[in-house]
Amino acid sequence: MELSDKLFYSLVGFGSLAALGACTFLGGGDGAAFALFAILVLGGSLVCIWERSVVRSAFCLIGTFGGTAGLFLLLGSDFLAMSQILIYVGGILALILFGVMLSPPDLTERKLPRVLSGLVAVGAGVAFVAAKVASTVNWVQAAELAEPEHATERIGVGFLAYDQYAIAFELAAIVLTVALVAAVYVARRRKIDLQDEGAQG
Amino acid sequence: MTAESHFLAFDPAQDFKLLFLAFVLPLVGYVIQISVGKRLPRQGDWLLTSGLFATASITVLMFAKSLWAAYHGLEFRHHSGDEAGLWFHWFYSSDELANGVANVSAAIFYDPLGAAMLMVVGVVSFCVHLFSIGYMHGTPRYHIFFANISLFTFAMLGLVLSDNLLFLFIFWELMGLMSYLLIGHFSHDPSSGYFHKWATKACKKAFLTTRVGDTCLLVGMVIFFWKFETFRFTELWRLSIEEIARHQSMHPGEYPLWMTVGGLFIFGGTIGKSAQFPLHIWLPDAMAGPTPVSAMIHAATMVAAGVFLLGRCYPMFTPDVLDVIAAVGTITAIFAATIGTTAYDLKAVLAWSTISQLGFMVAAIGLGGVVAGLFHMVTHAFFKACLFLSAGSVIHGCHHEQDMRNMGGVRKHMPITFACMLASTIAIAGIPFFSGFYSKDMIILRAWENILGGKFTGASFFAAVGLPLAAACTAFYMFRMIFMTFSDSYRPGTVESNFAHHAGGHDDHGHDEHGHAAHGHDHHGHDDHGHAGHGHADHGHAHHEHGHAAPAHAHAASAHGHEAHGHDAHGHDSHGEHATPHESPLPMVVALCILAFLGVFGGHFWLADPLHSLKFWEHAHTWFETSVSFQSLYGAQIGDQLAAAVAVDEHAAHLAHIVALSVSLTVASLGILVAWLIYGRGWERSQRVAGQITHSIHALYEVVKGKYFVDEALGTAIVVDMKRKDEPRYEPDASVIGASMHVANLLGWIDRNVVDATVNLVGRIGMSLGKGSATFDRVVIDGAVNGVGLFTQTFGSVVRLFQSGRVQQYATFAVFGGLALAAWLILL
Amino acid sequence: MGLGAYIAVSAALFALGIVAILVRRNVLYVLMGIEMILNAANINFVAFNRFNHAAGSQSNLDGRMFAIFVIILAAAEAAVALAIVLNVFHLFNSVKPAEADLLRE
Repeated sequence: MELSDKLFYSLVGFGSLAALGACTFLGGGDGAAFALFAILVLGGSLVCIWERSVVRSAFCLIGTFGGTAGLFLLLGSDFLAMSQILIYVGGILALILFGVMLSPPDLTERKLPRVLSGLVAVGAGVAFVAAKVASTVNWVQAAELAEPEHATERIGVGFLAYDQYAIAFELAAIVLTVALVAAVYVARRRKIDLQDEGAQG
Repeated sequence: MTAESHFLAFDPAQDFKLLFLAFVLPLVGYVIQISVGKRLPRQGDWLLTSGLFATASITVLMFAKSLWAAYHGLEFRHHSGDEAGLWFHWFYSSDELANGVANVSAAIFYDPLGAAMLMVVGVVSFCVHLFSIGYMHGTPRYHIFFANISLFTFAMLGLVLSDNLLFLFIFWELMGLMSYLLIGHFSHDPSSGYFHKWATKACKKAFLTTRVGDTCLLVGMVIFFWKFETFRFTELWRLSIEEIARHQSMHPGEYPLWMTVGGLFIFGGTIGKSAQFPLHIWLPDAMAGPTPVSAMIHAATMVAAGVFLLGRCYPMFTPDVLDVIAAVGTITAIFAATIGTTAYDLKAVLAWSTISQLGFMVAAIGLGGVVAGLFHMVTHAFFKACLFLSAGSVIHGCHHEQDMRNMGGVRKHMPITFACMLASTIAIAGIPFFSGFYSKDMIILRAWENILGGKFTGASFFAAVGLPLAAACTAFYMFRMIFMTFSDSYRPGTVESNFAHHAGGHDDHGHDEHGHAAHGHDHHGHDDHGHAGHGHADHGHAHHEHGHAAPAHAHAASAHGHEAHGHDAHGHDSHGEHATPHESPLPMVVALCILAFLGVFGGHFWLADPLHSLKFWEHAHTWFETSVSFQSLYGAQIGDQLAAAVAVDEHAAHLAHIVALSVSLTVASLGILVAWLIYGRGWERSQRVAGQITHSIHALYEVVKGKYFVDEALGTAIVVDMKRKDEPRYEPDASVIGASMHVANLLGWIDRNVVDATVNLVGRIGMSLGKGSATFDRVVIDGAVNGVGLFTQTFGSVVRLFQSGRVQQYATFAVFGGLALAAWLILL
Repeated sequence: MGLGAYIAVSAALFALGIVAILVRRNVLYVLMGIEMILNAANINFVAFNRFNHAAGSQSNLDGRMFAIFVIILAAAEAAVALAIVLNVFHLFNSVKPAEADLLRE
């Protein structure tokens, strides 16, 4: 571990603890759960950006995706949380890991000043916009929120009812099929390429 | 038998399903053909042709129903959504918004106009399919060709059947795409014997040029939607009429400006698609595509779509728009007809003739003669399809030759083709009792009615003089074509053809067998491999077989399915320069005969009160005029108003009838007579006479032969360099590049003559002011000049850094640009 | 926790996604960054959906549905993107986006 790594991880750790404490203080048990998942999300992506090794970065994304699923649970969308874990962690992450395996490792590509300046610049910009928005937008909240409704069945019905989301659902299915076929088509090795390699080899 | 129970009465419950079937069959055929067509026996041509036969049968049956209804005076306007609940809801959010902006639905709309058009599309497409079986036989990508013309047909059927402007536009665009694919059908494989750059460029030119019109149409659509919030034709008609009436009540004698603008934009769509001046430039080059495709484009689809659109939108046009339409149509008619008299390429004559006839139709609609214009579209579709297919047959028979100077005497060798072509030529020239006469006469009649009936406008006068002129030219060049091609004796190689290399390279198909046959090769071996079903290939010329074995390499090539470069190339090399023409195979001849029959009798068919059809013209006319009218096209209420707008008193109408009849008879016979005088009395004599004439009006002739240099003006010319025939000089997307070049040249001129002059003036003033102080002069002026140079240099080198090609850098700019924008929006 | 907290997390995740795309010289990070951005959008969708649901009113599925469709499209995008990455690697012999600069031509 280099000095910069030690500094970074301790900063992340302290920040997480502080956020956990603050949220627990503000929101009790709910706040603690929220803080836990938010830390997973943000910590995962921060470490993903920081890490030198692509493999580790990819694994850090588990935190990001899982944390997002947790936030969905807190928001009362259990079906969405399940889909998130299934598709992101089970599918997309696996795809990215395939990509990692098929490309050469390069531990020198991360440039520290670049990462730091990127974090500072984009972070500052977004923070500025967010702060301005947060201070100007009038956050009207419902006086009393309804209980979170676990609407798995309703989502299923929504998928199938023609007056709701059936067409969008079918379209999504078609898009997915086309995209997968296209992916296979784009990624295939052409005969000519193979011949070229054969000629060279 | 009561009117309701008769088998020809329209039954919404069933007939909409039949119509939908007719519409969807070509699509199904396309899907099958694209996916498994190559593996089907005979590459699936029978499948699509029989599917199209079903479509054609349904459309003819439905058309009969519309005629029956008209004959019995019943209103024939059917909407599948209103009558049978057959809707397609697109962007349909909720019932509360049923009539609002958020909902877009489509249904089948079937009225007399749609019925006639649908019948034309069905029948002509079927004939083209049938013809292609013979014509395209043995060419590469055979199955794709059939799939594509099928989808082309599907698009046109959808366009005709859609009940709203939006879906019409969707099919309109699909048709643009299909025309691109079909004109460039052989442009995919440069190694193929049929490949030629000309086709590659022509298809791009067609696509880009029509795209200009399509954009106009889109703008027009949006303008009307913005005001009326609906795309449905029936609604648009009603609202337009109401809007005009409302505006008239407030400002008598004036029309809503926005409707004029919107109408002009919609007409822009027609200018592009129906090849009106000045966007006609794509159509003559589009003949680079295979001949069946030309027949489709020129008769049933593409160009007809533009006229159909005018018919559909007629009530939405203000009189100002109509005047523009009439003027543009007349200009196009004369313009194209004169060019047609100078063309030597057989297909080019027909292409210019199409543009000219389209000008007639458009002018007719602009003059208020919707019925006349659409009637001409229908008759024209038949005889022009027949002409194109006959031309294809002649070219097919004359071994790749497209130059009429190298033909001659083909009549003896191809009697059936000659008969069909002659019949259609008579029809287009406007001889009584042939279909073209009736429709063309109705158009000229319309123009004279406008003048004699006191509805005098500049456009009417222009049309009344110009259209007969164009009709005379039409008769002249069509018979010139007939005499040059069919009379006298066969004279291959008379001139070194401008077209032989490129046109022959890309346009002629299925010549492999004929090439062999002319040299006395037996090609049974060829047929045994994958062509087993093509008995007709031998059918026309079994007498040529001398029992020689097919060349080994051709044999091997055809043995492997249709990877047919080998025998294509051989066919191209070996066809004899002096082999005599021969009649085409059976499917082609059948298709020709069907179309020739319709071309001759199409007029009667429409005019037919069967009892009186052979009586004098005016008798037959009454039934037609009473049954096909504004009222039957647009509904009683709207139709009455439209009819009132163009009505003239009886005396004037009668006078106009006589004038129009005599004018159209005179010009037609004059044109034919001149053609006979120049071209009908032997080839050598015709060359001498024509040479004298062209010499005496040399300058005019060059201008006309150069197509008035419109292509050059628009920067899209395909110039065939005589010295290097394989490399026609043409910038493919020059319609864009050319336009921007002209703008750049203009700006350059301004830069030189205005900006520079100003700079010089400033400099001179500065010099004279600075005379007293040379130091000051040097410091300020030199410093400024150097500063400008330095600034330019620095700025350039900085700007160059941004053009790095690195995606991440671009993304960085985008992100910070977005943030800056957000900051600006928030802070200000 | 209120709506603001979720939006804050989402904004931060979005920013991190952009940083991942911009600063790392490896195409795979671009992919990961895009996934982060999509996740941020999803959190927003679901949070707004949840906090738009007052007691006693009929709940609305739109936000959640949208999130589901975003997930579906993300899956399609990942598959295609991976195929493109493989092709880029094949073509330029590198996974660095900076070296795939044919856009300049």
